[in-house]
Amino acid sequence: MSISAIKQSPLREHTRILGVGAYRPEIVVTNEDVCQWIDSSDEWIRQRTGIVTRHRAPRDISVIDMAEAAAREALVAAGIEASQLGAVLVSTVTHPHATPSAAAQLTDRLGATPAPAFDISAACAGYCYGIAQADALVHAGTAEYVLVVGVEKLSDFIDNSDRTISFLLGDGAGAVVVGPGDSAGIGPSVWGSDGSKHGAIRMTRSLLDTRDFSLGTVSTEGEAEQDADAARESLWPTMRQDGPTVFRWAVWEMAKVAQRALDAAGVTADDLAVFLPHQANIRIIDEMVKQLKLPDHVYVARDIVDAGNTSAASIPLAMHRTLKEQPELSGTLALQIGFGAGLVFGAQVVVLP
Amino acid sequence: MASNEEILAGLAEIVNEETGLAPESVEMDKSFTDDLDIDSISMMTIVVNAEEKFGVRIPDEEVKNLKTVGDAVNFISGAQA
Repeated sequence: MSISAIKQSPLREHTRILGVGAYRPEIVVTNEDVCQWIDSSDEWIRQRTGIVTRHRAPRDISVIDMAEAAAREALVAAGIEASQLGAVLVSTVTHPHATPSAAAQLTDRLGATPAPAFDISAACAGYCYGIAQADALVHAGTAEYVLVVGVEKLSDFIDNSDRTISFLLGDGAGAVVVGPGDSAGIGPSVWGSDGSKHGAIRMTRSLLDTRDFSLGTVSTEGEAEQDADAARESLWPTMRQDGPTVFRWAVWEMAKVAQRALDAAGVTADDLAVFLPHQANIRIIDEMVKQLKLPDHVYVARDIVDAGNTSAASIPLAMHRTLKEQPELSGTLALQIGFGAGLVFGAQVVVLP
Repeated sequence: MASNEEILAGLAEIVNEETGLAPESVEMDKSFTDDLDIDSISMMTIVVNAEEKFGVRIPDEEVKNLKTVGDAVNFISGAQA
């Protein structure tokens, strides 16, 4: 029996980011507000993190609402109709349903049905993971235009009395459209994971713990007294991190990843116009700039000062703001790098839309 | 192989660069947090720079045991041996 040849999708040589959109929720939480919950000061928080305010969404605004607002702006900026989308990727760790995905509902709301849609769980690297996949889908001819959204409503998963991470976190959404380009617009993705450090940034409980404690079917006997107290007081899982461990990994390991992304794209730090690091902590950003020896002409996004750490949303939010404040940077080279819970990381050199 | 005096001097230089503290204030019996007012993030920067300078590895778990400058000097000296 002879085997018939099958057709494969035609490859596309070049991809690029065509447009960016953002949504910033209106509630502004100041350091003074934070100091009502933890024993701290505005000065301490600014000095340790660089953060002055963070935005939080009200109860009736969902992850999908925020994603929709950012996505609509990105589509307009890209000059693409929702019906032209060949895939919708939503990076989030705060959509409060394991299934169905936020992406499928977002696709429907945008009028992009029946585009394939799925969520990506890669925390603060989620946006760069999304770009890696969108780039590959467009390259491979699987899709022509791909929407990538980074969106988080972290305020649903924080404990205001926590001193490790909660006071850093904010809500928001950023979105880009990736499509074919006339010239190279997205460098090779350098991405990866290290699950051996899964405890470095984590949730306090699994959803099964929440179920079992709330049903009273699990006894807290045998648990250390303080763990049992914490369990009863806080059934809901919230974020925690080992700050110094994460700081060390983020600066020195991620500087190497960023350098590999530059090398893979065939450029040096001198060729960059913009640095768009995940907005985790201003001291991580400043130390990375030092490690990478970025020249003074490179504009470094510091959206964290006003927006806090918005996980998957932080890089597209920073990109959006950079281009709004300095439109002349459109078309220049930016290095973007995301890193976070997993641990996971991803980086690319991109041409700004 | 550096002597303890050389390690102390090198560490003082690193602390000075990170915090601006005068190198001579970095003495063996000084606590990083209580006396020198060094926070956990600065401590990590100092640790990584010390690793590079002295060619040793200081694991995350070890960092919390380095309460005083002397603890760090002794650890680095032991790790170099």
